[in-house]
Amino acid sequence: MSRRSLASTAALAAGVVALLAQASAVGQTQSAAPKPTAAAKPWTPPRTADGKPDLQGIYTDNTVTPFQRPKELGSKEFYTDQEFAALMKRARQGDVGEEGNLGAANPQEVRYDLELYGFDRTKVRFGANKRTSLIIGPEGVVPPILPEAQKRNAERGARNKGHEFDSHENRPLSERCILLNQERIPLIPGANEGNLIQIVQGQGYVSILRETNHSTRVIPTDGRAHVSQNIRFYQGDSVGRWEGNTLVVDTTNFTNLSAFQGSGERLHLVERFTRVADDMLIYQFTAEDPTTWAKPWTAEIPWTKSQGPVYEWACHEGNLMISNILRGARVAEQDAAQKRER
Amino acid sequence: MRNWLSDSAIPGVTAAVGLVLAATLTAAQTPAYRAPRTADGRPNLNGIWQALNTANWDLQGHAASKGPVPSLGAMFVVPPGLGVVEGDEIPYLPAAAAKKKENQANWAALDPEAKCYLPGVPRATYLPYPFQIVQSQQQILISYQYANAVRVINMGTPTKAPNESWMGWSNGRWEGETLVIDVTALDDRTWFDRAGNHHSIALHVVERYTPRSADTLMYEATIEDPKVFSRPWKISMPLYRRVESNAKLLEFRCVEFAEELLYGPLRKK
Repeated sequence: MSRRSLASTAALAAGVVALLAQASAVGQTQSAAPKPTAAAKPWTPPRTADGKPDLQGIYTDNTVTPFQRPKELGSKEFYTDQEFAALMKRARQGDVGEEGNLGAANPQEVRYDLELYGFDRTKVRFGANKRTSLIIGPEGVVPPILPEAQKRNAERGARNKGHEFDSHENRPLSERCILLNQERIPLIPGANEGNLIQIVQGQGYVSILRETNHSTRVIPTDGRAHVSQNIRFYQGDSVGRWEGNTLVVDTTNFTNLSAFQGSGERLHLVERFTRVADDMLIYQFTAEDPTTWAKPWTAEIPWTKSQGPVYEWACHEGNLMISNILRGARVAEQDAAQKRER
Repeated sequence: MRNWLSDSAIPGVTAAVGLVLAATLTAAQTPAYRAPRTADGRPNLNGIWQALNTANWDLQGHAASKGPVPSLGAMFVVPPGLGVVEGDEIPYLPAAAAKKKENQANWAALDPEAKCYLPGVPRATYLPYPFQIVQSQQQILISYQYANAVRVINMGTPTKAPNESWMGWSNGRWEGETLVIDVTALDDRTWFDRAGNHHSIALHVVERYTPRSADTLMYEATIEDPKVFSRPWKISMPLYRRVESNAKLLEFRCVEFAEELLYGPLRKK
């Protein structure tokens, strides 16, 4: 990890300049406002040996753009050049503020040494764009959860109430190393280690490896249908296709435990992967679940090329947390019982 | 033959015979099968593959024997197998041989597979689950259904492992029809099979994947570990393509099936 986190200041400065340069290009992918300048050369994405758009490489999805738009920005979807320059200047100084929260993470959740794990925000490589939030459109926030879904989710939560420490089954999937938050699809950035993504393409398949929990999807692009709806997976069933320079991946067949932002098993994801520059890919997803939200919503996350290597993230093999939590709970129960006897 | 050659008055004939002999020898050493090529001209190993043998039960030849759970009857018993080790002997050093015996006696409790730990190499290859090769020019990614294990093989200039890991550090190269992968920095907690065959942190594995027909590969692994074995030894087996038109790696996050074993005793009574 130290190799990535100890990037020299010079490299960082160069990176930020490069990111600023890219930012305008990124802004153009969705915005109606910026127009391509006459001087800008159209960027032609490279192709693999078998002629498909070449998305391969190691990326980080670190970003200074928050997942949801801060309330005070209202329906403002993009910063002006001036505002953006000021924001980037502050980000370089490590002062990213609420609007520049590193990805979707809550700063209070950072539990480790920033420098050691690459969390020093002045040194972390990140993708930047002029968007005020990763969620696009005038709202810029996750739509309200429908009443029926609120009820469903509340019931699910209530079932565990008072039994949180009874057994491993009462603990969250992430703690059990079954499905970590940062490996779930859609891929959401978080201020955490393990934020690298590696894409390798073979004939008829695209594989996407998320460093967190060595989470790998091998997505067929041969036009096949989804597997039977009787088969449900935490990460759903993904099928892909090429649309111009974009890889489009459609995922269904989630379980009712895959909850993403409160969704149910009817979650339907469409992810779109597009290279927009030598060192940047735009990852866009649309989430839809008629049992949870009144309408689909879309987010767009810039992925920046990184060096790697992608380390092995062996979560379960080193998981002492579950044993310690449960043992702690049993000891606490014994203590309480002894006190009652006295 | 010798007379005919020595009697020959024409040097050209001798040379020609020599060439034929050389060609025959070469042919005997290289596989007759030439695999279809990828767009960049390499043998095309893309696909979903699976071993069809009992190597995961025991690399060495073994008769059928009872399984660990009597209540399961004839299900989940140890199926018989001819073994995949060259010469059927694993050359353990004395202390390591004793450890193997101990492992085998307690395998159901000790085998890392029971705990859903990452399997390491070469065991990942012959676990009873499919795996998929995604072949590119600079990298080859191998995704294993078991535990969502994965390796990315570097096909460029070989690089040194930054640290040990369960799946090791893989540098690959092409030798004619064969993909050769050199694997180092493997964690010493993995086993080779359910029979307790083991290794140390000094393990070095050289794998060879050679196409032998449209739907089969020959897999070989040379295993070297001077702390555990007196000499390198070799396993080999065919791998079969999963030819179903809808073949796909499916989610097998086995952690949840290992939790009762690992954490059950800590459950609230």
